[in-house]
Amino acid sequence: MSVAATQKKGFGAMLWDYLTTVDHKKIAHLYLAGGGFFFILGGLEALVIRIQLIKPENDFVSAGLYNEMITMHGTTMIFLAAMPILLGLMNAAMPLQIGARDVAFPFLNSLGFWLFMFGGLLLNCSWFLGGAPDGGWTSYASFALTSPGHGIDFYVLGLQIAGAGTLMGGINFLVTIVNMRAPGMTYMRMPLFSWATFITSVLILFAFPALTVALFLLMFDRMFGSAFFDVALGGNTVIWQHLFWIFGHPEVYILILPLFGLFSDVFATFSKKRLFGYTAMVFATMLIAFLGFMVWAHHMFTVGLGPVANSIFAIATMAIAVPTGIKIFNWLATMWGGSITINSAMLWSLGFIPTFTIGGMTGVMLGSAVADYQYHDTYFVVAHFHYVIVGGTIFGIFAGLHYWWPMMFGRILNETMGKITFWFFLVGFHLTFFIQHFLGLMGMPRRYWVFLEDQGLDLGNLISTIGAFLMAIAVIVFFINIIYTAAKGEKSSPDPWDGRTLEWAVETSPPPFYNFKQLPLIRGLDPLWIEKTEGKGKMTPAEPLGDIHMPNGSILPFIMSIGFFIAGFGFIYHGDHAIWYLALYGGMALALGCMAVRSLKDDHGFHIKKEELEREAD
Amino acid sequence: MKGWMGKFKALFLLSSLALFLTGCGKENLTALVPKGYGAKSSMDLIILTTVIMSFVLLAVMIFFVIVLVRFRKKKGQEDYIPKQVEGNQTLETIWTIIPIILVIIMGVPTVIATFDLADASKADEHINVDVTGNQYWWHFDYGEDEFQTSQDLYIPTGEKVYLHLKSSDVIHSFWVPSLSGKLDVNPENENTMFLEAHEEGVYWGKCAELCGPSHSLMDFKVIAVSPDDYEQWAKDMNDFDPEAKPKDTVAQEGQELFEEKSCMGCHAVGSSPVATGPNLTDFGNRTKIAGILEPTKENLVDWIQDPEKIKPGNEMTGKYPSLSDDEADKIAEYLLQLKPTDVAPESASK
Repeated sequence: MSVAATQKKGFGAMLWDYLTTVDHKKIAHLYLAGGGFFFILGGLEALVIRIQLIKPENDFVSAGLYNEMITMHGTTMIFLAAMPILLGLMNAAMPLQIGARDVAFPFLNSLGFWLFMFGGLLLNCSWFLGGAPDGGWTSYASFALTSPGHGIDFYVLGLQIAGAGTLMGGINFLVTIVNMRAPGMTYMRMPLFSWATFITSVLILFAFPALTVALFLLMFDRMFGSAFFDVALGGNTVIWQHLFWIFGHPEVYILILPLFGLFSDVFATFSKKRLFGYTAMVFATMLIAFLGFMVWAHHMFTVGLGPVANSIFAIATMAIAVPTGIKIFNWLATMWGGSITINSAMLWSLGFIPTFTIGGMTGVMLGSAVADYQYHDTYFVVAHFHYVIVGGTIFGIFAGLHYWWPMMFGRILNETMGKITFWFFLVGFHLTFFIQHFLGLMGMPRRYWVFLEDQGLDLGNLISTIGAFLMAIAVIVFFINIIYTAAKGEKSSPDPWDGRTLEWAVETSPPPFYNFKQLPLIRGLDPLWIEKTEGKGKMTPAEPLGDIHMPNGSILPFIMSIGFFIAGFGFIYHGDHAIWYLALYGGMALALGCMAVRSLKDDHGFHIKKEELEREAD
Repeated sequence: MKGWMGKFKALFLLSSLALFLTGCGKENLTALVPKGYGAKSSMDLIILTTVIMSFVLLAVMIFFVIVLVRFRKKKGQEDYIPKQVEGNQTLETIWTIIPIILVIIMGVPTVIATFDLADASKADEHINVDVTGNQYWWHFDYGEDEFQTSQDLYIPTGEKVYLHLKSSDVIHSFWVPSLSGKLDVNPENENTMFLEAHEEGVYWGKCAELCGPSHSLMDFKVIAVSPDDYEQWAKDMNDFDPEAKPKDTVAQEGQELFEEKSCMGCHAVGSSPVATGPNLTDFGNRTKIAGILEPTKENLVDWIQDPEKIKPGNEMTGKYPSLSDDEADKIAEYLLQLKPTDVAPESASK
C-alpha cells in the first residue's frame, strides 16, 4: 500500500481495505461501527423490557422471552457495546496521544476486533436458533445448568470468543504504552486517557482470565458431562459466583476508568487549564483499579459467606469512595478559575458529574452489607449500576465521540443536534432510573417478568418506561447527526478545540495513516499546549525525516475468526448430531491453519520512502 | 445557565411528586416501613448512609454550580488564558481525609450490624423452621413439631424464629422486605437467618434470585400472629387428621379424586417428610393460590386445569391425567375445605 492508495476508492476496495486493515485508526472505526450496531440492538431489548413493565401483569412478551431479553440486554450492552466502543476510542486516540505510529501488534489488533465481532454475532444467532440465553448476564450456575435448549451454550461460546479478542486488545495496549511512547513522553507526562488505557489494560489482563476459566467450566458442565457446578454430583454453584465476580467487578472498572481519563482530558481542554492534581489523579486511578480486585464479594453479601467476609468486603467497598472522591473534586478544581467553553463534548462531561456522583453515592450505600440485604437484587441495584455505567460510561462515550469525531473523521458533529441528544438523554435517563431506587426498596426485585397489581409499583414503572423512550429519541437524533455530519458536516482543522495533547498535533484531519511524519519531541505534560504557549506553536521533531516502517494488511484475522465462529457452532451442536463434528474440526482447522500461515510466512511489512513523504509535503 | 437549572429543577419536582403520590409503597411489602428486627437494622443503616452521602452530593453540587456560574467563558475574554494551576496540597489532603472519616463513620455500624444479624448461637432456644426453595414455591417444615406448610409461613410476633434455608433445585433468595433483608437459598449448603416481627400482619415475601420463567411469580407470605394464636395454630396443625372425611359429598368425591388422579403422588395432606409438591394441609386458609391468585374456587379450577398458563415452567404441568371441569371442581371444593385451624391470615389483622 502506498500513500496514494489512501485516496478515494470504490466500495469493493474500501470493503477489502477494512477487512484487511491493521491500522489502529481504521480498526477504531470498525470497533465503533460494531459496538454501535450492538448498542442499537441492546437498546431495542431495553425498550422491550420497559414496554413489558409499563403496567402490572402485562403480557407484551412471555416469561421465557422476557428472561432472554434481560439476559441479552445486559450481555450485549456490557460485552458487545460498551467494551468495543471503548476499545475503539482507545485505538483511535491512545497511539496518537503517546506519539506512536501504531499499536505494538497491529495484526493482533485486527484479530481482536474480528474475534469480538464474530463472538457477538455467534451469541446473537441464538435468537434465530431456538432461543437466546436466559440466565441473566451473570448466568448463575445452578439455573444456567438446568436451562433447556442451547441458549446458554451460545452465551458460553460467544463470550469466550469475544473475550479472547478483548484480552488481546488489553495486552496489545499494554505493550504499546510500555514500548512505543515518543521521545520525551515519560509515564508522568502521558495524558490521563492514555494512563487510564494503560491501567484498564492491566485490569483486562488480570480479570478476563477468570471469566475464561468460568466459561470453560460451565461449557464442560453443559457439554461434556463434568460437574463443577452440579450439586447432585458434588459440585458447588457458589464457585461460579466467585469466578464470575472476580472478573465482573474489575470489569465495571474496565468500563469506567477509560472515561475517567477522557473526562480529565476534556475538562482540561475546555477549561483551558492544566489538569488539577495530575499526580493524585494518576494514583487515584491506580488505587481504584487495585481496590477493584478486592471487592468482588460485595455482589455476594446475601450468599451466606458469613459476617467476617461480609464485613471485610463492606469496608473495602466503601474505601473505593475515597479515590473516586479525589477524582470528582480534582475535576471540579480543574474547571475552577478556568475559562469554560460548553459544547456537546463538555455538556456530556458536565452531565456526568452529578449523575455519576449519585451512582457513587448509592455505591457506598450498597457497600454497607446489612443495608445491602435489602437492596440486593432489587431495582435499587438496577438503578445504581445504570447510574454508574450509563452516567459514567455512556455519557463518557458520547463525550468522547463529540470530542474526537474531528480527529477520527475530519468533521465536527453538529452542535445543535448534539445538544438535543444530550438534553433528551439526560432527562430521559433520570426519569427512567431515579425512581427505580424507590421501586427496589418498595419491594420490586430485579429480573421480574411481571409485577402484580395493587403493590404500589404501577406509577413508578410507568414513569420509568416514559423515560426510556426519551432516551431512545436521543439516540435516534444522535444517529441522524452522524449521517448528517458525514454528508454535510463542517470540515475540521486538525486542532479544532485548541487542544493540549498530541492527538491534535497531527498534520491533517483525519491523521495520515502513519500518524507522524517525524516523531515529536515531548517537553512536558500537555506537550502541544507547551509548544503553543512557550514554543513555536507546533511540535519539534525528535528525529530527521526518514523512511517509515509500516505493517502490511492481512485478511488472516478475518478468516481465523470465521474459523472460530464455525467451530463455535460445532461445539454447541455436537451433542445433537455427529455431523456437527465436521463444523467443530473444520472450524478449528481453518483457525489453526491461519495461525500456521501467519507463523511460517515471513511478513516484514513495507517502508514509506523518505522521498515519498517529502513529495507529499509539497 | 438557565437551561441547566431549569431542567434540573423540573426533574427534581417531577421526582418528588412521583414519590409523594406513591408514598413509601405498599404496607407490609415495602422495606421503607420496617416492621421486623432485620428490616429495622437495615433501615437504620440505609438512613445513616443516605444522610452522609447526601451531604457529599450536596457539597459536590454546590462546588459544581459555583464553577459553572463563575467560570464560563465570558464575552470579550475569548483570548483569556487562565493560570495553569498544578494542584494544591492542602485542598487535596482535605478531600482525601474527610471521605476517610466518613467511611469510618459508616463502616463501624455496618460491621456491628453484620455480626449482630449473623448470630445464630441461640437458635436452639427458639422456633426453628426448615425452609426449602423450589421452582416456584416455598416449603416450610416445622421440624420439632412434625408438621409442614407451604407458601404461608406462620410465626409468633415478638420472638426470633430461625429459618434454615436450602434449595431443592436452583438458587433462590428468601426476601420479606418489611421484616428482614434477603438471604440466598443455595442448593449446596444451609443458610440460617431469623425473622422477628414487631407487630401482627400478613407480610409479602418474594424470591429475589432469578430462578426461571416464573421467578416473578414465586411469592409467599409470612403471617405473624400473637404468640397465643401461634400456639393454637401449631396445636391444630399437629392434631390434624388426614383421614378425616369432609362433610359434604362433593368434597368427599373430591377427596377420592385427589387420590385417583395421583395428586397425592406429590402433594401431602397432613404431615409427610416428602415434599415433591406443596403441602396442602391448611390449603383452605391460604392467602393466595399458587402464591399469586386470589383464593377463589374459579381461580383454583383454572390453576388445576392449566397451571402452565398461570406459572410458565412450573413442575406441576403434565404430571397428572387431564381433568374434566366437573372433576376439577370437586377437587377444588375438597381443597378449599381443608381448614384444620381457626387461626387464619385474618387472625393477624385483628
